[in-house]
Amino acid sequence: MKPFEYLRPSDVSEAVAALAANPEAQVLAGGTNLVDLMKYDVTHPGAVIDINRLPLKEIEQLEDGTFRIGALVSNSIAAYHAGIAGELPLLSSAILAGASPQLRNAATCGGNLLQRTRCYYFYDASTPCNKREPGSGCGAVGGVNRIHAILGASQHCIATHPSDMCVALAALDTVVDVAGPTGDRQIPFLDFHRLPGDHPERDNTLQQGEIVTAIRVSGGHFKRHHSYLKLRDRLSYAFALVSVAAALDIGEDGTILDIRVALGGVAHKPWRDPLAETECAGQPANRDTFQALATRLLAGARGQGDNDFKIEMARRAIVRALEQAAAGTPQIQSHKAIF
Amino acid sequence: MDLLSNRSSASGLPVSLTINGAHHDVSVDPWVTLLDLLRGPLSMTGTKKGCDHGQCGACTVLIDGERINSCLKLAVSLDGAEITTIEGLGTPDNMHPLQKAFVEHDAYQCGYCTPGQICSAAGLLKEGHAHSREEIRELMSGNLCRCGAYTNIADAIEDVMQAENVGAHREAAE
Repeated sequence: MKPFEYLRPSDVSEAVAALAANPEAQVLAGGTNLVDLMKYDVTHPGAVIDINRLPLKEIEQLEDGTFRIGALVSNSIAAYHAGIAGELPLLSSAILAGASPQLRNAATCGGNLLQRTRCYYFYDASTPCNKREPGSGCGAVGGVNRIHAILGASQHCIATHPSDMCVALAALDTVVDVAGPTGDRQIPFLDFHRLPGDHPERDNTLQQGEIVTAIRVSGGHFKRHHSYLKLRDRLSYAFALVSVAAALDIGEDGTILDIRVALGGVAHKPWRDPLAETECAGQPANRDTFQALATRLLAGARGQGDNDFKIEMARRAIVRALEQAAAGTPQIQSHKAIF
Repeated sequence: MDLLSNRSSASGLPVSLTINGAHHDVSVDPWVTLLDLLRGPLSMTGTKKGCDHGQCGACTVLIDGERINSCLKLAVSLDGAEITTIEGLGTPDNMHPLQKAFVEHDAYQCGYCTPGQICSAAGLLKEGHAHSREEIRELMSGNLCRCGAYTNIADAIEDVMQAENVGAHREAAE
């Protein structure tokens, strides 16, 4: 690890000022991603701003039912929070599908949004990577790309976003609270992460000096019909090859009132197609509808060679997760059989 | 600003930690992890360095009661924390129930992952989210054992969990 300046602000405005003042500075929260990347010399911040003393550790339920989760709430505390587990079980399930208990105890909810890709070329500082070193090229295009994107990739980057929690947040109604040098603002979750395009070094739409202070999530009408289905190379403690956050609100006549599908492991950000979902409203909550939606979601999918299998895997996973959700039998994260 | 160092801080930063009940005032460079502080300057080598990247769980300790990978924690960020390592859970003469169970079930071969396994299991029991063998296995998945003693590790933890439940029921009955 390369030496760095260490700053420990005691309030949000100090943290924002310190971050805005130094383009080489990075924020330390749980450290589970940043410290790892620093050890690999993937990133070497000139200054580390330790925000762990900031008062961003509360979970509160607002009057309209929305949960406001402070950026420094650990993944574990959010997942096991009685209100969140009861009202937003899809979010709890997705969090518990990710990482290990030790990592979830350390990792924060704000940090979960800001974790970097697990592309092996990004992690290996001896290879070219446009995300790590803009303009250096992409080793994954034409290289070993079994874990890479099938949707929304560019010629410069085919990395995926590794989060499970963010896939559920994308499916639910989520807004990110941000504090910055010009004041506070809210970013709709689907606008928070970005596709790689010509600037794969930018994972998200935060501006210089901005920090995430909280996440606002709602979606209580999905608590009966939801499932987070994660497919990976081993049964626990591995990143998704493909994951699906499925949520349904089904009317008494069996037709769809509201449907959400977000995909993980397939793109530079959690993948959703809100228009295709809207067009499912009023249709029966059955396999035909789910297969048609899967086809639309994957219409632009393109494999890179090693990851071609992900297209068919995603198609099947979408249908399976929606069927689990419709049946009210969500995937259980400790029980590995998929029904 | 609560604390500020420059990049060439020659003398390190002050950190106060309570480790296994004993108070330690140390001076560390900000890039030193808790794991390296424990094993280096503090000579507490019970906590093991496996992958050093949060992938194997060998370095698991309890920080303020929660199991955490000590390889991914900068020591300076833990000022004021209470830390329990394998040395603080029990002694050879007075073993923690998990240590006894690991011996009884032969829950290791080389033993390198064992301190992390036991600290992790202690965290698991305290969290109270595991109620079945399946859940023990899922919630111990952050600890790898290259010798493959998983079956016996799960047996050992299941034994202690059941004994604790019996104890709790007795207390409730009384």
